[in-house]
Amino acid sequence: MKLKKLILVAAWAVAVLSGCGTGENGTSRFVEKHWIEQPAAQEKYEPAYGDMIIRGSIGDASVLLPVLASDSASFDITGLIYNGLVKYDKNIILEGDLAEKWDISEDNLKIRFFLRKDVKWQDGIFLTGKDVEYTYKIYIDPTTPTAYATDFLKVRDLRVLDPHTIEVVYDRPYAPALGSWGQSILPSHLLEGTEITKSPLQRHPIGSGPYRFVEWKTGEKIVLDSYHDYFEGRPYIDRVLTRIIPDLATMFLELKAGRLDQMGLTPLQYTRQTESEWFKNNYNKYKYLSFGYSYLGYNLQDWKFQDKKVRQALTTAINRESIVQGVLLGLGVVAYTPYKPDTFWHNPDVKKFPYDPKKAKEMLAEAGWVDTDGDGIIDKDGKPFEFTIITNHGNDIRKNAATIIQKDLKQVGINVKIRVIEWAAFLKNFINKRNFEACLLGWGIGIDPSQIDIWDSRKTGEKELNFVTYQNPEVDKLLELGASTYDRAERKKFYDKFQEIVAEDQPYTFLFVQDSLPIISARFHGIVPAPAGISYDFVKWYVPKPLQKYSIQP
Amino acid sequence: MGLYILKRLLLMIPVLIGITIISFSVMKMAPGDPTSLLTDLNPNMNEEAVKRIRAHYGLDEPWYVQYGKWLRNMLMLDFGKSFAADNRPVIDKIVERIPITLLINLLSLILILGVAIPIGVMSAVKKDSLFDKGTTVFVFLGFAIPTFWLALLLMILFGVKLDWLPISGFRSLNYAQLSLPEQILDVAKHLILPVFVSAFGGLAGMSRYMRSNMLEVIRQDYITTARAKGLGERTVIFKHALRNALLPVITILGLSVPGLIGGSVIFETIFAIPGMGQLFYQSVMMRDYPTIMGILVIGAVLTLVGNLLADLFYSLADPRIRVAG
Repeated sequence: MKLKKLILVAAWAVAVLSGCGTGENGTSRFVEKHWIEQPAAQEKYEPAYGDMIIRGSIGDASVLLPVLASDSASFDITGLIYNGLVKYDKNIILEGDLAEKWDISEDNLKIRFFLRKDVKWQDGIFLTGKDVEYTYKIYIDPTTPTAYATDFLKVRDLRVLDPHTIEVVYDRPYAPALGSWGQSILPSHLLEGTEITKSPLQRHPIGSGPYRFVEWKTGEKIVLDSYHDYFEGRPYIDRVLTRIIPDLATMFLELKAGRLDQMGLTPLQYTRQTESEWFKNNYNKYKYLSFGYSYLGYNLQDWKFQDKKVRQALTTAINRESIVQGVLLGLGVVAYTPYKPDTFWHNPDVKKFPYDPKKAKEMLAEAGWVDTDGDGIIDKDGKPFEFTIITNHGNDIRKNAATIIQKDLKQVGINVKIRVIEWAAFLKNFINKRNFEACLLGWGIGIDPSQIDIWDSRKTGEKELNFVTYQNPEVDKLLELGASTYDRAERKKFYDKFQEIVAEDQPYTFLFVQDSLPIISARFHGIVPAPAGISYDFVKWYVPKPLQKYSIQP
Repeated sequence: MGLYILKRLLLMIPVLIGITIISFSVMKMAPGDPTSLLTDLNPNMNEEAVKRIRAHYGLDEPWYVQYGKWLRNMLMLDFGKSFAADNRPVIDKIVERIPITLLINLLSLILILGVAIPIGVMSAVKKDSLFDKGTTVFVFLGFAIPTFWLALLLMILFGVKLDWLPISGFRSLNYAQLSLPEQILDVAKHLILPVFVSAFGGLAGMSRYMRSNMLEVIRQDYITTARAKGLGERTVIFKHALRNALLPVITILGLSVPGLIGGSVIFETIFAIPGMGQLFYQSVMMRDYPTIMGILVIGAVLTLVGNLLADLFYSLADPRIRVAG
């Protein structure tokens, strides 16, 4: 589940790499990459086995069978227990995991995977093509309540050619296909013939990964120990203990008392509360862009937002830099497109509409919005420009961002109200029914660039994701071409163009990408920040013998 | 007496069914359903998959059919399986959380009674004295201070600065390796702060209640009689007055029976204690119908039983209220 792990960006995962200062004229440079607070002089120590890492998590896992899970807390654990056929390396490029290598046919319709022959399940049975076949079947089984069947439903046929060779056949070339085989492969010898929702593996997983399950006390802790026969070699850290502490303030106190080794910090904790000498000596802080962005989406069926010029003017009127500074305390960057700024797929050369309230006013006037009655609010056809931004309850960052937007738009004569609504009601009564004017929300950014579900003209039905009703035939075509092109460079061209068009159309005002801010005890060595974060090579983390804090009795 | 109890027990059945119907329909009225967390705003979900998942949980049927099925299972004491991703039997989820919640609530109730009753009695006896006014301020302070704030302050003091007590959780990470006496000590240390914080907030109600009962009783003629007999003040207060003033406490105790298994979300979240409050809150947030109903049913049963017990003990303790027949 390496793939899912990256997509769902667990609270602490990963680090650094956010070379992302904002240059002149609001244009960002994402070329300069620098590591932040990299631990100094770690090399003098030899890697050693032993010790335990205690991580804090605000949520408990729900189920430890990846096919049934849908929350990041669960994937964070299963990611250490299971493997996929492929995984993303530190530069977010696909490499083999359980598959040693693979061939893709000329017509891009067939993928042949060659499995490693030395992989043993944690109960001693060898992993074979049968397990892959079972995994595929259980995902597409209509009785399996899984959120991740879509990619596998595109498979026409899966054949096990010999115990270590599998061939997958697709109807049409499907570029995200290869990455989709990063899904965790499940042990068929333990699951075949059982009802998946009744399997004991839900709470006692047995995988092929670097860590094996030891204990799960609901709402309290989950304990994993290193699997000595792991095919990439025994992991250095003997035990991974995840403590569930639902309150961030309490979690921070545990950290301060030295009883936690890893947690995700809030911007405030990162900038103001971890600056003491003690923290500097005992912990290392990391900072990297998270895989997700926040945006202000306009309901394009609303007459006020139908004119592209108006949407561009709104973006120009919003001071996004001040949102990053004020709400995120500078720990993030302004977003201009729906891709993560420091990744391959991101196109930095799109229209940016830098903050300029004067220009915004002119643009609105061009679109027919002027203050005719002198009440300070611009109007058109006798109707004042007023709208409500809705956002979900429980996310202060969104609420605060909405407040800044409200103030900014007031300056150009637009009256904004803010409504914060409980999540389920928010979706059911407002988003799904298209009963909103503007919404402040966020999307996770997948590793694969395909975003058809969010932008395609046809994905506008109830409960579908294009709830702003963005319709642009050219975008539809580009996304389709992108999804069926395997060559990375070729594929990028389609997504570059797509980003240009979306930036021009501004169905959303793209707001910001937040930083992930993990803090990790300084005794852990071998953490190498990379574009994928820090947890991609967790098995290589170690605590040098003299620094080891805990010893694990067998 | 037996007949009376039987009648009361039988009467509980329609009340209980009424409660479940109301709970079920209110729950259903809340927007969203258990699948929305999994399916809404999820790029990997198509309509087919959503239908499949709804059918898996039986959500495609009208609400009264769902209720009927639930009731039928309930009559056989089958609480059903949780709609959360873990698919676990509801009863398991509840049972694993009851002990810690019960322990904290019991300890805190004992602490409240142990502190509030003497305070109440003394305040009544020495009405308007400095002690009366001082304790009044003290207990209302406890009532007014937000739990989470007090908890955080105590954690910083005892957990971080002094390092005397653990900050959160209810047992250490190496709990399983400890010997039994060490385990007891370990849990005790973890529970000091939570029990103190939860009891502090409850002092006000009980002590004021006790105070007014006592004031009431002291004015009665039989107290005057007792004094006239020449009994010592101590005997008058503790033997004659206190006994009578304690009677209404039975009612309160009866009513606090369901509270014993009910937890507080804020409090459990702050102390990272996996109790009933968290379970109920999470279930409501993800619209986990079977778990919500399970907890509500247990709560309803305990409330009704607690009421009955209170009435029975009351009639035992107070000869003025004997059940006829």
